[in-house]
Amino acid sequence: MKTLFDWLDNRTGFRKLTREALYENVPGGSRWRYVWGSTLTFAFVIQMITGLFLLFAYSPSTQTAWESVYYIQHEMTGGWLLRGIHHFAAQAMIVLLVLHLMQVVIDGAYKAPRELNFLTGIMMLLMVLGLSLTGYLLPWDQKGYWASKVVASLAGATPVVGASIQKVIIGGSDFGHHTLTRFLAIHAGVLPGMIILLIVVHIYLVRRHGLTPRQPVRRPDVAFWPDQVLKDAVACLAVLVTILFLIVSPRLFSPDAPLGAELGAPADPSEQYSAARPEWYFLFLFQFLKYFPGDKELWGSVIIPSIVMGLVFLMPFIGKWKLGHRFNLGLLFSVLIGAAGLTYLAYAEDRQKPEFQLATKQAHASAERAVALARLRGIPESGALTLLREDPLTQGPRLFARSCASCHRFDGHDGMGALPADAASAPDLKGFGSREWLAGMVDPEHVAASNYFGGTKFKDGKMVRFVMKDVTRFDAQQKERLKKVVMAVSAEAGLKSQAGADRQEVTAIEEGRRLFADSEMRCAECHQFRKKDEDATAPDLTGFGSREWLISFISDPAHERFYGKRNDRMPSFGKEHQLTPREISLLTDWIRGEWPLAEPLASAKH
Amino acid sequence: MDSPPDSHDPDRREFFKKASAVVLGGIAAAVPIGAGVPLLLDPLGRREDAGAAVHVVNIDSLPEDGTPRKFTILASRKDAWNRYDDAPIGAVYLRRIEGGKVQALNVSCPHAGCFVDYASASRAFLCPCHNSLFHLDGTVAQKSSPSPRGMDSLEVEVRNGSEVWVKFQNFQAGHATKLARA
Repeated sequence: MKTLFDWLDNRTGFRKLTREALYENVPGGSRWRYVWGSTLTFAFVIQMITGLFLLFAYSPSTQTAWESVYYIQHEMTGGWLLRGIHHFAAQAMIVLLVLHLMQVVIDGAYKAPRELNFLTGIMMLLMVLGLSLTGYLLPWDQKGYWASKVVASLAGATPVVGASIQKVIIGGSDFGHHTLTRFLAIHAGVLPGMIILLIVVHIYLVRRHGLTPRQPVRRPDVAFWPDQVLKDAVACLAVLVTILFLIVSPRLFSPDAPLGAELGAPADPSEQYSAARPEWYFLFLFQFLKYFPGDKELWGSVIIPSIVMGLVFLMPFIGKWKLGHRFNLGLLFSVLIGAAGLTYLAYAEDRQKPEFQLATKQAHASAERAVALARLRGIPESGALTLLREDPLTQGPRLFARSCASCHRFDGHDGMGALPADAASAPDLKGFGSREWLAGMVDPEHVAASNYFGGTKFKDGKMVRFVMKDVTRFDAQQKERLKKVVMAVSAEAGLKSQAGADRQEVTAIEEGRRLFADSEMRCAECHQFRKKDEDATAPDLTGFGSREWLISFISDPAHERFYGKRNDRMPSFGKEHQLTPREISLLTDWIRGEWPLAEPLASAKH
Repeated sequence: MDSPPDSHDPDRREFFKKASAVVLGGIAAAVPIGAGVPLLLDPLGRREDAGAAVHVVNIDSLPEDGTPRKFTILASRKDAWNRYDDAPIGAVYLRRIEGGKVQALNVSCPHAGCFVDYASASRAFLCPCHNSLFHLDGTVAQKSSPSPRGMDSLEVEVRNGSEVWVKFQNFQAGHATKLARA
């Protein structure tokens, strides 16, 4: 062994190198305040290792980026852990950078002859921020997509060169495949490469000029190894433990919380995303920008941040003046306190906005849904977005909120969980076609309420009159018969939620069908049901609430089969091309509760 | 690390520091690597489904004289996160043999996986990469062939008198025995 080492040493001189590395003098003894540089290097090494592993599974294109990240996170062995480490180590780096910067400025370690140590450090700080920005987009989820859009637009707003810079960075005039390939090249190639070079220069310079001890030096000098190395190792381990804790901590509060880094729903340029926020450490800039509206925006986005960065770069030179060091300290702390304050304001503002809370809740629900669908069927070639676009549970509420909720409600809300400003003026469609829903329709206490016909012109119509006058006087036996009619009409819908009951109570349903035509129930006086009736004036209840019936109804409620000329305000969504046939199907399936994986999700609960 | 460091013994104290530094540093470095290795080895834990039989063609489309014809196999396929319906997953040579039966050979060469050609002039299969030559029945046709075994035959069945159903499978190249690729 010794011979081998001798041979190696002769060829490489590694012994001298190791000695130099390990026996660097630490003036005044090892101290905890010197660990920040090492923990930063450690965090960067973590990022390189985990990033390299992630590259083995990541695929940069608009149809595969989210998909491959989903696969890493939810299917590959240990993917959640790997991604979690990469995600939280990135955040740890930001914190450590700030701590390192504070230590350097407070100790005056940036002063001559260490100007270049400081400048290389600040350059790396900016590069790490660049890594964050580019890394945020790579999963191609809603969160990253919309946050990056904002950044790209701000860059594009820079005078003269902005538009060209933007085009070069995002690889075209809009986000697409080349945005991802470019961001990946910058994130995993350009920036890490430059940082490695700068770390080498930075550490070389640190070694050349030595550490800056706090004056006065009270303890004797020691060698870097093992005293300082031990402290560094403990600090690195603490960083790692913190990262691991952050990965598993959601589980401590909720047993089904996702482990590790969040993955939002796949990016959709056509889907509003009101929960868009940058990563927490950019929130202060986000908040800062709010104070520079309109044509003043450039001050908030470019000019003031550039001036502050310029002053930071000049710190070593400012520090030469008599009061320079105090100025630098003042600058550093005002920036940090300002950033902390702005961050707090950003959070506080969002906490008070119910729209933001709701948007966040919806964002989580659609992310969960995308993953559930991907797991159920695999992802089609066109990408995971297709899964959501063809999913009634996802699209139904959106379509309902957009096209129906100005009059109708769904369980009291607009489908998405929000309350529209205007009062309901048409029936609440939660459970439409079910026995409960129909029972309310023939209940004197409900039929004229706002969640049935109360807000419509049918409030004074024959149906309401029949229910209010006739049904009110029904005896127990008649009520029992009416119940069977309700069962019979409801069975027409063939609802998934009622399939068991419909199968079991065939006899009652048969009887209900017969009673429908009974003069006592008076239904057949206006409604057609299971046989031709030329004189029918009210909607045909044959197949009532079934997929076909509801699609036809939404398409054209003013058709003779339904309300005909008596139709109230409901538009003929299909006939007038207000909704596409696909949208009507999605809406229908959602109202009827027909979607894959029918267990309730966060968005469906209210 | 059972015995606490004795502050009166500088050597032991020093050794304890060194050992702790190495162990703690080692753990810190090992975790990110340890988190990545399972992902790297993830493919080892995944098995390729031996696909179900698919209807490839009707027997009337195959020449009566036993000349082989090449067909694409379309089947549903899972590729990492993607799921394809009716995607081309490979190709076969089909040929009528005696007794109204059909022979199916996987087109990929058992030597190194190249796509084997049918050379109609010599009525034999010839691999364009390293010139492995196979008889029509798929057996090796050279004394010293690059290929360690004959072409891989596949399970094939004629259903309802005319439908040719093939159970498509890939096999490990380079071995003398035919091993299913899992």
